Amino acid sequence: MKNFLKYREIWLLAAIAVLIGLISTRFPGFSDPANLRQVFNDTSILMVLALGQMVVILTRSIDLSMASNLCFTGMVVAMLNAAHPAIPIPLLIVVALLVGLVLGAINGLLVWRLNIPSIVVTLGTLTIYRGATFVISGGAWVNADQMSPDFIGLQRAAFLGIPVLSWIALLVIALFFLLMTRTALGRSIYAIGVNPTASVYAGIDVGRTKFIVFCISGMIGGLCGYLWISRYVIASVEVANGYELNIIAACVIGGISIAGGIGSVGGAVLGALFLGIISNALPVINISPFWQMAISGSAIILAVVLNARGERRQGRIILKKAEAA
Amino acid sequence: MTDTPAPRHIPDRLDKPLSSAIFSWEALLVVVAVAIFAVNSFASPYFLDPWSLSDLTFNFTEKALIAFAMALLIISGEIDLSVAAIIALASTMMGMAVQAGAGTPVLVLIGIVVGLGCGAFNGLLVTRLGLPSIVVTIGTMSLFRGIAFIILGDQAYKGYPASFAFFGQGYVWWVVSFELVLFLVAAIIYGFVLHRTSFGRRVFAIGNNPVAAQFSGVRVGRIKFILFCLTGLMSGIASVLITSRLGSTRPSIAQGYELEAITMVVLGGVSILGGAGSILGVVLAAFIMGLVTFGLGLLNVPGIVMSIFIGLLLIIVIAMPILWRRLRGGR
Repeated sequence: MKNFLKYREIWLLAAIAVLIGLISTRFPGFSDPANLRQVFNDTSILMVLALGQMVVILTRSIDLSMASNLCFTGMVVAMLNAAHPAIPIPLLIVVALLVGLVLGAINGLLVWRLNIPSIVVTLGTLTIYRGATFVISGGAWVNADQMSPDFIGLQRAAFLGIPVLSWIALLVIALFFLLMTRTALGRSIYAIGVNPTASVYAGIDVGRTKFIVFCISGMIGGLCGYLWISRYVIASVEVANGYELNIIAACVIGGISIAGGIGSVGGAVLGALFLGIISNALPVINISPFWQMAISGSAIILAVVLNARGERRQGRIILKKAEAA
Repeated sequence: MTDTPAPRHIPDRLDKPLSSAIFSWEALLVVVAVAIFAVNSFASPYFLDPWSLSDLTFNFTEKALIAFAMALLIISGEIDLSVAAIIALASTMMGMAVQAGAGTPVLVLIGIVVGLGCGAFNGLLVTRLGLPSIVVTIGTMSLFRGIAFIILGDQAYKGYPASFAFFGQGYVWWVVSFELVLFLVAAIIYGFVLHRTSFGRRVFAIGNNPVAAQFSGVRVGRIKFILFCLTGLMSGIASVLITSRLGSTRPSIAQGYELEAITMVVLGGVSILGGAGSILGVVLAAFIMGLVTFGLGLLNVPGIVMSIFIGLLLIIVIAMPILWRRLRGGR
């Protein structure tokens, strides 16, 4: 039992249960399974993005360009769909994955080959990718009436009573779970985050692995580009502006350490769900949506305070005392 | 054994050969700045006009004020992503004070105090609780701007007193604006503090090796706390300027400024990993970013496309010395 309670995910799950309970006292319908399915569906994109960000953060890097990647790729597939409605949607999804992969690979190459810190690279590509969206679209929007019914309809179609969007999220979660717990790449990602130097001696190619994680986060950004555009049925330069910080916030709330090496698929998913529940609950319990930002900010700070208690290294305690004296 | 060795003279600074000054980061920035300046003056006949050039400075002065403090913070190995949110919160507080009938001096005081308070809050979380600053300030970024949204919603504060307009719109002498003077004064103060005082040396020491600095008797926590307060203070000052310049407050004010300020710092040659950098570099980077955005603006290039140039500039300027070293190293 004691071991069981050590898992961060259990505490996060408990926090989410308490949150749902509290909301239900104000609005009993919220804990209804149908509504919870809806909340899960609403949060699908954020969950998938958080998983992509997670593998990057685990290697002590960060990808600030994910939301811009999403915006660019979303515009590419939306324009393709508007110009050639005959292209089947699965092919468009492949295009989205490839475009995202290329954008991610650019980040990865700069980090790997030139050793530029990832925060600098992705700070640059954050503005470049969004600017490129303006260049390819000429500042124009792609509206719902320009998109084909299949483009919009695919993720809304239900399979076994659950929307395809949720199925996609579940599939991605399963894939990441396998990646992180059942593959050598997953172990390497953790190893690099815990100790990059030791990883080199253990025969892990740190640079190449970082390149791969940026490719993964790029592909996820691309996939979510299609999902986002088909869900909110408008493609513009402003899509997901500033969303990169929500993605990182979901990771932080999910207990993924920004210092690398600590975090799990379950944590990222639950962190995203936590934010998703808050944004879904505020309107139904009559709190102005303007509160959302401050609430998620407080949640981030609270989460990082709680997480830090578990992570603190023993070696620094002497110094802490010396400093306090 | 009569001849005891003379005490070794340890220089404060190592002698630098002239070549290192020529190939320094700042020299590279000067070249880039001159090149952009020349291109601009060829590209647009309106560029080389004192008033045009004066307008140009408004593009970067507010962000640069924050970038100076941010440079010290990044050199010490920390970062503050909440600066733009601090601007929003301070501006909102000033707006509330206006509704309550406050005069210009009170408004300025409120802006500065709110900024300082927010910075101290960040500093306390980072230094007292030992939390990573990037996460803390992502949190406070949402929190500070979130409070501004709670207070204002989709409304805006207007009706700032006429005398308040001076800070963001006033000119001290001819084309020299108040903002520009403040920028230059801040550059000198921060340059002096970082490069000519023991405080500055400690900032570098912390950035290079916080543990060694701690064991050498540097109060790492206290200095980092002061740096967070300074960054908050400069954000408060920037908030006064931008609120005065715009004459109104919306909760979305100064959106994205944090990334521009950080870009300025990194472009200025400050190592994002801490421990290296100079204020001169940041000043030059501020000019470069101002020149790029203003020059492209004269050519009717939309703002979003300008951001491509800023992003490319950031990556290319960082990558160039690395590639250069590699080519010369024969790798």
